[in-house]
Amino acid sequence: MIAELGHFTLILAMAIAALQAVIPLIGAQKGWRGWMAMATPAATAQFLCLGFSFAALTYAFVTSDFSLRLVVLNSHTLKPLLYKVAGVWGNHEGSMLLWVLILSGFGASAAWFGAGLPPRLKARVLSVQAMIGVAFLGFIIFTSNPFLRLAEPPFNGEDLNPLLQDPGLAFHPPFLYLGYVGLSMAFSFAVAALIEGRVDAAWARWVRPWTLAAWMFLTIGIALGSWWAYYELGWGGFWFWDPVENASFMPWLIATALLHSAIVVEKREALKAWTILLAILAFAFSLTGTFIVRSGVLTSVHAFANDPARGIFILAILAVFIGGALTLYAFRASAMEARGVFGLVSRESALVLNNVLLAVAAFVVFVGTLWPLVADLAFGRKLSVGAPFFNQAFTPFMVLLAVILPLGAIMPWKRARIGQSLRPLWGALALALALAALTYVMQTGRSVLAPVGVVLGVWLIGGALGELWHRAGRRTVRLARLPRADWGKALAHAGFGVSILGISLLTAWDVEDIRVAQLGETFDVAGYDVTLANVERVDGPNYQSTMATMRISRNGRLVAVLHPEKRLYPVARMPTTEAAIDNGVWRDLYLVIGDPQTGGGWAVRTYVKPFANWIWAGAIIMALGGAVSLTDRRFRVAAGARKARRGAGAAGIAAE
Amino acid sequence: MRVMVLLVLLLLPLAAPSLAVQPDEMLADPVLEARARELSQGLRCLVCRNENIDESNADLARDLRLLVRERLVAGDSDAEAIAYLVDRYGEYVLLRPTASGSNLILWIAGPVMFLLALAGAGMYLRRRRATADEPPRALSEAETARLREILGK
Repeated sequence: MIAELGHFTLILAMAIAALQAVIPLIGAQKGWRGWMAMATPAATAQFLCLGFSFAALTYAFVTSDFSLRLVVLNSHTLKPLLYKVAGVWGNHEGSMLLWVLILSGFGASAAWFGAGLPPRLKARVLSVQAMIGVAFLGFIIFTSNPFLRLAEPPFNGEDLNPLLQDPGLAFHPPFLYLGYVGLSMAFSFAVAALIEGRVDAAWARWVRPWTLAAWMFLTIGIALGSWWAYYELGWGGFWFWDPVENASFMPWLIATALLHSAIVVEKREALKAWTILLAILAFAFSLTGTFIVRSGVLTSVHAFANDPARGIFILAILAVFIGGALTLYAFRASAMEARGVFGLVSRESALVLNNVLLAVAAFVVFVGTLWPLVADLAFGRKLSVGAPFFNQAFTPFMVLLAVILPLGAIMPWKRARIGQSLRPLWGALALALALAALTYVMQTGRSVLAPVGVVLGVWLIGGALGELWHRAGRRTVRLARLPRADWGKALAHAGFGVSILGISLLTAWDVEDIRVAQLGETFDVAGYDVTLANVERVDGPNYQSTMATMRISRNGRLVAVLHPEKRLYPVARMPTTEAAIDNGVWRDLYLVIGDPQTGGGWAVRTYVKPFANWIWAGAIIMALGGAVSLTDRRFRVAAGARKARRGAGAAGIAAE
Repeated sequence: MRVMVLLVLLLLPLAAPSLAVQPDEMLADPVLEARARELSQGLRCLVCRNENIDESNADLARDLRLLVRERLVAGDSDAEAIAYLVDRYGEYVLLRPTASGSNLILWIAGPVMFLLALAGAGMYLRRRRATADEPPRALSEAETARLREILGK
């Protein structure tokens, strides 16, 4: 019964979205206030309907309602509650429902918090948002309906993929979708602005918080996925340049570029057309990502639904929306005349360079991801493009970006002098070079990656601090009074530095040891004494485990006792390895237990991974910077203005 | 990760997961072993999804790892060992595509795009600056009058 209600509200939501797509748009064109005002309640209703629908599906998963096909395929009564809930989006149909729920959530928040927007712009934004909603609701209802019933329900389900039964991965998709879908707001604002033919500083100020929020979620989502890969896959890799990873990384790169170019629009009224194009491209990459994951065009690990019909549907959505937006752009972009003027050496130019680097980096990832397909179709060559290519082709752009970043960030608008701007940064630069030299001398003859990473990382972190100090006029008391946007910026840039340090040092100094260890045997890995104390069979709630007890000590002092596991999930008939990790600021100790050997003993892998946690800590700091920036006064002031206007608006409607 | 690997594993009756490189595969000579590891990381496990043979758990990956080590022990150089594998499995086995023929497009796409983007950005910036260098236009008659009015003169 509840499932049917969920199914019903899903269809109802599509009907509401269809109305919301058409009526406000006509209203905005004709200047009919009542028609425009319809968008707000419609957005709310659409969100409530989808919220109910999603809750109904969650209810079915939690109560293990095996008359639903989706629940049978992805759940099991013995599964812990957290994973019953996570199972809702651990599959194609459910994840698409979450996708549209978030989409309507963004639309509804724009309706609620957008009272300060000019009514025409708001009506158009909500209308475009609803058009995307209609397309994806159609996709769900016609190709991937989560509410299909089975005539003869089985007694139990087939269990969720064990790899997905993990806290890191349980929350990875929701964050990623919040990011992907959040970019739809930037897209809707861009299309609405194109229809209006006007982009100004106010527009940029409205669109920035949404982009910032989407970027934050995307950052967290990508970091969660990478962290999960690190501890779950059993060898401590954190990034594989897998097509699906690239699918989330490209929108991130473009969203980062968009954030920066929108600043130029907001402060200086330049780069308008380019910013609009980035907003369209960011969402285009989101949709492409969805297409890649769902269609199975590029087979990859994550692709849980390989169905050509679905692929074609999404490709059609992609073509209509992006094609339509770009056509509109071609006609209207020339109307976006830049107003601000500036010299060749200025903050504006630095941000242009930032955009060039980020956009080209995204382009490299895009070409690399699609090349196997192109080479096969156009040249008949079956080939692979893997991590070695991306590392080589992508990294130089990030290095350049890191080199120019602190200087560009501190430059004044309009006209700058490099020498003058560099003055507050000399300390950071000297420290970076000194530490890099030290690293180079200490590691004698190992990868050059480490010193390069140190120089860039320290330069970024030191540069961010140096800039804060400079902006505070070298007075501690003034630091607290700096605008939050300055703090957010410094945090985000420093976080980038922290991640660079983590990635380069981990890659350069990773130590690995593979051996057969007898019970009770102690062996030495990079100064740590590792003892295989015991191996036993343990039963978990829905799996069987082979669990080892291993002791690690250093210079006779016990550092950690760890329990690496090998699990077998009988329902899904799938084995997994659960590495045991002793986390530390400077290094992770990473243990994996393998098979028993014929001559006695067990295969054991031991890794010492220096600075590993810095990679994700950096991402968290970046996201935190976004959050701090989001609470900046100018956005809150805009919120205050909204409240004032809302009162006036309500009076206006009452008078009508 | 690597659902495909696991699927392959599942074809064996409930096989326990075997980890990537096994102790029994490793060569006694640490220099040769290091070279083998290095090479393995650039070779694709053919039945897996975007995974190199060094990390893969698949049986085929194990066979390839042993093959690479065999060639190195037989005295092949790195390039010869790679060529040996490419001869048998095609260029699909290379994770780092060669920069030959149509693949040149792949390799130069990034740098060329970068130069184009730089040129485009340069033109844009020069145009903005050119506007900046224009001397400010004198006030028109009407504007002067309005200014006087505002200043109350």
